[in-house]
Amino acid sequence: MNTIALLQFARGPGLAIAVAVFALGTAWRLLHLLMRPSRRDLSAPRSTKTVRGALRAIVAKSWHPASIRERTLPGTLHGYAYHIGLAVIVFGFAPHIAFIARYTGLSWPAVPGWVFALAVAAVFVGMGYALMARLTSSVLRLISGFDDYASWAITLLPVVTGMAVLTLPPDATYPLQPLQPGPLAVHLLSVELLLIWLPFGKLSHAFMAFVSRGVTGAEFARKGVSP
Amino acid sequence: MNAPDVRGSRVEAGLAHPLDFDSPRLSVQKPAVRYDVQGERSDADRVASAVSAFTRDFGRDVATWLESCIHCGNCAEACPFYLATGEAKYTPTWKLEPFARAYRREAGPFAWLYRSLGMRSKVTVEELEAWQELVYDTCTLCGRCTLACPMGIDIASLVGLARHGMAQAGLVPHELWAVSERAAREGSPLGATPAVLQERLEWLADEHEVAFHIDLPRADVLVTFSSIEIMKYPLSLVATARVMEHAGCSWTISSAGYEATNFGMLAGSADWQRRMTMKIIDAAIACEAKIVVLPECGHAYSALRWQGAGMLGRPLPFRVLHISEFLAENLASGRIRVRRALGSVAFHDPCQISRRGGATQAPRDVLAALGVELREAKDAGDLAFCCGGGGGVIANHRADELRYRAFGIKMAQLDATGADAMVTSCSNCRQSFDDGSAHFGWDRSMGSLLELVADHLDGTAAAGPRAGVHAGA
Repeated sequence: MNTIALLQFARGPGLAIAVAVFALGTAWRLLHLLMRPSRRDLSAPRSTKTVRGALRAIVAKSWHPASIRERTLPGTLHGYAYHIGLAVIVFGFAPHIAFIARYTGLSWPAVPGWVFALAVAAVFVGMGYALMARLTSSVLRLISGFDDYASWAITLLPVVTGMAVLTLPPDATYPLQPLQPGPLAVHLLSVELLLIWLPFGKLSHAFMAFVSRGVTGAEFARKGVSP
Repeated sequence: MNAPDVRGSRVEAGLAHPLDFDSPRLSVQKPAVRYDVQGERSDADRVASAVSAFTRDFGRDVATWLESCIHCGNCAEACPFYLATGEAKYTPTWKLEPFARAYRREAGPFAWLYRSLGMRSKVTVEELEAWQELVYDTCTLCGRCTLACPMGIDIASLVGLARHGMAQAGLVPHELWAVSERAAREGSPLGATPAVLQERLEWLADEHEVAFHIDLPRADVLVTFSSIEIMKYPLSLVATARVMEHAGCSWTISSAGYEATNFGMLAGSADWQRRMTMKIIDAAIACEAKIVVLPECGHAYSALRWQGAGMLGRPLPFRVLHISEFLAENLASGRIRVRRALGSVAFHDPCQISRRGGATQAPRDVLAALGVELREAKDAGDLAFCCGGGGGVIANHRADELRYRAFGIKMAQLDATGADAMVTSCSNCRQSFDDGSAHFGWDRSMGSLLELVADHLDGTAAAGPRAGVHAGA
C-alpha cells in the first residue's frame, strides 16, 4: 500500500471503523452499567435534591479540598496542564477545526499560534510529569498496570505524529492537498487508535468521570454529605 | 450499691474468646493463637463463597465505581494509614484489588471475553488471606479517600462490601469475628446481655438517682445504647436518662432491642448485621416509637440511619436520630435548656456521623448552645482524620501498631488546638483515644458531648418518676 492509499484508508474506512468502535464501545460501557441491578435506597433522605447533588459533585470533584490539595497539587496541576493542552490542540488548532467542519459543518475560530505552541508544550510537560510520577512513586508503581502505560502512550502518540505533519504555520488552514501524505496518514491512524482504545481502557474516564461523580453526588446529597 | 461484676456473667460464653476488661479498649483478650480463618472448608469453597458474595454486591453504583478508577493514587494522600506509614500497599484503591478483579472477571462489561480467553485469573484463597490485612486492619471505613478521589469513587463503601465476601469465605480477623459472633449469639459483642444491662441500670439508678424506663409498652422515643457505653462508659447511660427526663420525653429502653452497635456489619456478615438491626426495628415498632435515638456510636448510625430501611425492606416507620441530632433539635426547640459551660473545646468528628453520615453540624450547634469556645482542629468537620479505631479495627490486636500510628495524626491535630477539653459523640472513638493516650502517654482524655450536655442541664427536670428502673409489663 502506498502512502496515498494509506491516507485514503485513514480518511475513509479507517476513520469510519474507529468512530464506530468508539461509539459502540462507549454505548456498551454505559448500557452495561444501566443493566446492572440497582437496589432502591429506602432510607429517609436528608435531602431530595439529588440531581443538584450530582451536578455539584461533577463540578466540585474537579478540585480537592484544601488540606488534601496540599499533597496532591503538583499532580493535579500537571493533569490540568495536559488535559487543557490536549483540548486546545484538538479544538483550537485551525487544521483540526477544518477537519471537524468537513464532517460536521461546525466551525469556530482557531487559537493564535502562540497559544497552540503553549498547549503543545503543556501536553509534553504534563504527560512527561505523569509518566515520571508513575515510574517513581511507590504508590503509582504498585497500582499501575498495562492499561495505565498503554493509555499514556496512545494519548501521546497523536501529538507526536501530529508534530511530524506540521509543515505549515500553526494558524494556517487545513491543507486540502497535504504535502506529506505519509505523516498525515500515520497521524490519522494514531488518532483512530486512540478512538478505538478509549472506551475500553482508563481513557473511558472521559465519560465515566461524569457518571461516577454524578452517582456519588446524588447518593451523598441524600445523606447531606459533602462529595 | 457496687457496680455489678460483669466478668462473671459471661464466663461460659467467653470460654473461647474471653473479653478483656483491664485494658483501655474493650475487645476479646489478645489471643495466644490467632484464628483468622473460620471453619474447616476447602480453599475452592472459600473462593467460591467469596466470589459469590462479591457478585451479589456488583450492582449499578458499585459497577460504576469499580470501572472508574484512573489509578491516580490521590486516595493514598487522604488515608491515615498510608500517611502514617508511607507504605504503598495501604493505598485505598489497592485495598479493592481482588474485589475489582472479581468484578472484571465475573460481571464487568467484558467479563465474557476475559473468562473465555483466560485473561483475568480467578482470585485465590492465598490472595484473599493476604488481603485480610488491607480490608480489616488498615481501613476504618472512614471515607476520607472518597474526598480525594477525582472520580468520586466511594472507596469506603466498596471496602465495606468487599468484607461481605471475606466473611462468607470465613476470613475475618480473629477478634472481629469473635465479637461479631458473640453479638449474634448473646445480643451484644461485649457481654452487655439483657441481664447485665438490667443489673447496670439498677446500679446506675441507685448510684446516680436517675430514672430509667425499660420495656414500656408505648413510648415516643426508643433509646438505644452502645455496649461500649454499657460496659465502659456507664455515665453515658445516666446522661441519656437525665436528658430524656429533662426534655419531658415519653421514652423507654427495650430489653429486646437496646444494643446499637453492629459488629456484624463491620465483620461483613450481612446475616449478623440484619439480626442486630432488626432487633431495634422490631422493638421500635412494638412500642410504636416515633423516634429511635442512637447512642454515641458512629457505625450504629450508619447501620440504622442509612442501612436500616434496606434491612426491613421498606421505609422505617420512625425517625432515626443520633443523640447529637436529638440534642441539637431539642436545644433549638427549647425543650432542653442548658447552663453556659466554661472554657474551650475541640470536637472530634466521628467519621460515620459527620463525613459519612451528614450530621456534621449537629454537635457544633450543641456546643454553640453550651456557649463554649469551639476550637476546630485542622481538618475538622467533613475532612476530619479518623481516630484509627473505627470499622472494627480497634477490636483487632494485630492492628494495634498501625492503629497507633494513624492515631498519632489525630493526636497532633487536637493537641495543636490548645483547647481545654476534647469531646466527641462516639464511644468507640473515646476508647480509641483512651487506648491511644495510654500508649503514647498523652495527658489528655476524650470526653462525651452527651455527658457535657447532661452536666449542664438548666433547672429541674420535667415532672417525672422517682429515681429507679421503671419496667413495663
